[in-house]
Amino acid sequence: MRHRILSSVPAGMTRRHFAKHLAGASAMVGTALSFGHSLRVHAEELKKSRKSAILLWMSGGPSTIDLWDLKPGAPTGGPFMPISTSGEVQICEHLPKMAQLMHHMAIVRSMSTREADHDRGRYYMHTGFVPNPNIEHPGYGSVIAHELFEQRPDLAIPPFVSVGGASTGPGFLGMAWAPFNVSSNGRVRNLEMGLEEQRLTQRMAALTLMETAFVKSTRGSAALDHQAVLKKTYDLMSSEQMAAFKVDQEPEDVKERYGTNGFGQGCLLARRLVEAGVPFVEVDLGGWDNHAGIHNILSTQRLPQMDQAMSALISDLEQRGLLADTAIIWMGEFGRTPRINADAGRDHYARAWSAVVGGAGIKGGIAVGKTSEDGTTVETEPYSSEDLMSSVCKALGISLETTFTSKNNRPMKIAGGGKVIHELFS
Amino acid sequence: MKSLVTWTVSIGIPLLVSIGVNAAPPTELPPQVALINQRIEEGWKDYRVSPSPEIDDAQWCRRVYLDILGRIPSIEELEAFVRDREPNRRAKLVDKLLRDPAYTEEYARFWGTVWTNILIGRSGGNDRNDFTNREGMQKYLRDSFATNKSYNRMVYELVAAAGSSKPGTENFNGAVNFLANKVNQEDAVLAASSTSRIFLGLQVQCTQCHNHPFNSNWKQQTFWEFNSFFRQTRALRRFVSGTQDVDHVELIDEDFAGDAGDPDDAMIFYELRNGLTKSAYPVFMGKTAIDPRGRVSDVNRRQELAKLMLESEYLDKMIVNRMWAHFLGYGFTKPIDDLGPHNPPSHPQLMDELSVAFREHSYDLKELITWITLSRPYQLSAVMTSQNQADDPSVGETPKFAHFYLRQMQAEQLYQSLVVAGRTKVRGSYEQQEQQRRAWLQQFVIAFGTDEGDEATTFNGSIPQALMMFNGDLVKEAISDNPESLIGELVKSDAKVPDKFQRLYWAGLARRASRDEMALAGRLLVARGGNQKEALQDLWWAILNTNEFILQH
Repeated sequence: MRHRILSSVPAGMTRRHFAKHLAGASAMVGTALSFGHSLRVHAEELKKSRKSAILLWMSGGPSTIDLWDLKPGAPTGGPFMPISTSGEVQICEHLPKMAQLMHHMAIVRSMSTREADHDRGRYYMHTGFVPNPNIEHPGYGSVIAHELFEQRPDLAIPPFVSVGGASTGPGFLGMAWAPFNVSSNGRVRNLEMGLEEQRLTQRMAALTLMETAFVKSTRGSAALDHQAVLKKTYDLMSSEQMAAFKVDQEPEDVKERYGTNGFGQGCLLARRLVEAGVPFVEVDLGGWDNHAGIHNILSTQRLPQMDQAMSALISDLEQRGLLADTAIIWMGEFGRTPRINADAGRDHYARAWSAVVGGAGIKGGIAVGKTSEDGTTVETEPYSSEDLMSSVCKALGISLETTFTSKNNRPMKIAGGGKVIHELFS
Repeated sequence: MKSLVTWTVSIGIPLLVSIGVNAAPPTELPPQVALINQRIEEGWKDYRVSPSPEIDDAQWCRRVYLDILGRIPSIEELEAFVRDREPNRRAKLVDKLLRDPAYTEEYARFWGTVWTNILIGRSGGNDRNDFTNREGMQKYLRDSFATNKSYNRMVYELVAAAGSSKPGTENFNGAVNFLANKVNQEDAVLAASSTSRIFLGLQVQCTQCHNHPFNSNWKQQTFWEFNSFFRQTRALRRFVSGTQDVDHVELIDEDFAGDAGDPDDAMIFYELRNGLTKSAYPVFMGKTAIDPRGRVSDVNRRQELAKLMLESEYLDKMIVNRMWAHFLGYGFTKPIDDLGPHNPPSHPQLMDELSVAFREHSYDLKELITWITLSRPYQLSAVMTSQNQADDPSVGETPKFAHFYLRQMQAEQLYQSLVVAGRTKVRGSYEQQEQQRRAWLQQFVIAFGTDEGDEATTFNGSIPQALMMFNGDLVKEAISDNPESLIGELVKSDAKVPDKFQRLYWAGLARRASRDEMALAGRLLVARGGNQKEALQDLWWAILNTNEFILQH
């Protein structure tokens, strides 16, 4: 078993960059800026094999029985018809663009979970653990960023970016691994100080000295966390890599190909960030909590929007040779009831639903598992959030033996100790 | 007294009002303080921990201003308190912050904001066409806290409210905004779950679909019985004339025939996990049934519910737990709004006794605040000792309150503190100031894409917050050298430079600078080539950005 020492500060300053900081600060403080991390220089080799992941988070709980696991003719089936795809699966007729790319993607049709409340489901699907008032588990983005940042000695921008949604927190990994939240236009607020760099550096040095005294007097982890965050903030303010956020600089035709809406531009931003070396990006598409009038909303709004953006993203990644190293995860908190309710909607349902994954060596074009004729139960081996997360970790080359130590010194297996969904790798 | 005079003059109340303030300050601590101390000290003994030492006056002053008024003290307020050498000075300060009319407006605004966030979240009322009117909610709460309305009356008014949501409209009743957006959709599930969680500490969201997994007292049936109390209620939209834009809503109770269409037997139906349908009538917490008829002339279900809630001991426990957590950083349970046999409190006896005492004192929130802020655990330093380092609820330990728990300021507290620290000139009318404040607070709120309006904040110590503190307009203004600002005043002053540095430490951190910190300030001055203004600005920027400024400790 490999025990990781939790590093409180990610790497990500080049030697040149670091030297510049020191020059600015030496006028007054000398050692105050030795933030205590080692410089890493084995860049090129790592760069070649570096992995990333993009989570497309369908906030509200998407009706996967209407998207990926249709039941035409069943009383629960709804009005949509299945169409054939470039893979060995059929999907919803309202996803024609994705249908041409399904040879890259696998549908896990045997997801079966127990959390059908938004908060609890969001937490469970993001972390692989059920909520517990006494411990906060880190979500996908924090875990994967934490595990993959070593492959990126040059990365000065946050390793976990959440676009258009809140995602979940870093839990016991600490605020330095929190999602960096931006809206889909990529605008980062308050980025400029408007001072010459030397003065900024001196302010930072003064701040660091003052903080250290406060942290040394034992007052708990909140104080330590803040120090790590300050350093990351400083790094990103002075980094040219922040240009990756400028999604509006893309050509108009590219923006239109993704769709000129929040999710479309968010997916485009995700591609730019992965190209810049960010190991984990989450893009949020809300509006799936369709308790009423579901099929009209799906066919006219959600599905066209999702189909356009998701297909553009996958095509672009493939065309740039990035898909082989980038895992795509599509899921929400849970699925929705096979039974259509009195308001022509579907309610929360966790017992049988689908998630979609692909890229990073995951076998495409297949459906894993099977649900019953009416979609109410899983008839093959059921898979959990832990299993899905383990499979994604495997695809990214992250050891499933990785164990974290929570703040109360409890060992925590990565991905909740789930088992790999072997069909995805055969 | 100057601010008191301006306040009273500005609202046209004769100065006589202030006489009450000058009455003899409390000399003896209320017995509830001794009760808290006794129970907390018993816990220390049981767990073999020793308390941290008491915090000094200046640091305590900063703490209590933040928790009662939602901002740090001004340098003048701080100095006035530190000059007071009377033994009961802490009790006097609490009394002043709670009862001196000079502070009424700030007190009401802070607690109005705290409760707005509890009742409708940070994003409630922010969208176009939102049923909730945020100003209306705040106005109701502000007025309630300004008059120190008793807590039980507030709860009754919020649960049973009817009227219009928007200030200035006919039948305006700001209290309706708590439920305005929670009754129309999904059979008022959200109204039932929010009311029970916020006021009774009963988390029953999940029981709409199945029995509670941990709390055997809550069955799915209990949820739908509770839900039945809200089924006469509707929020009716009132449009901006000639458009489809919602101007405000009217919360009304109307005759309800139930799912079986019989107003004399107005039952509702819900579905079990196995697909079978069951019926439910209004029954409070599985015990007290009310008249099952659905006509409002026969029975107003929400009024009946509100009355039953006021009799429940969960009402008392929940508010005591909430207030305790506000001041001490952790409640007796975690989360604070999940009470019941499945989630035993850390100090059950104290929670019960405080609940009873609060009820006996007519639900007077200011009394409860006084008891907590004068109790021993609230006087302790945030610095841990080797004797209590294990008392760390952030790693899942049961809180023993043997030292003060460090915590993030709320966004609202930081905003007001920056305004006070920088002497930022607040411009415009009250409404304009509120709008500025709201726009600033909004940058930290992210809503999830669900029907339940849940949300998260990025004001959590992560990078966006740090960027705001580094470069945001509010901080830029706080360190500007305009004549009214602190920096402006110091630049003009004839005081010695080291004294000027010391004043910044006082203003921001309620303490004197250490020898190292004075040396640091000196080096900043050298680095700026002797430019005093710039050195003061750089030091002030650094002070405002420290942990020590942005944390409550």
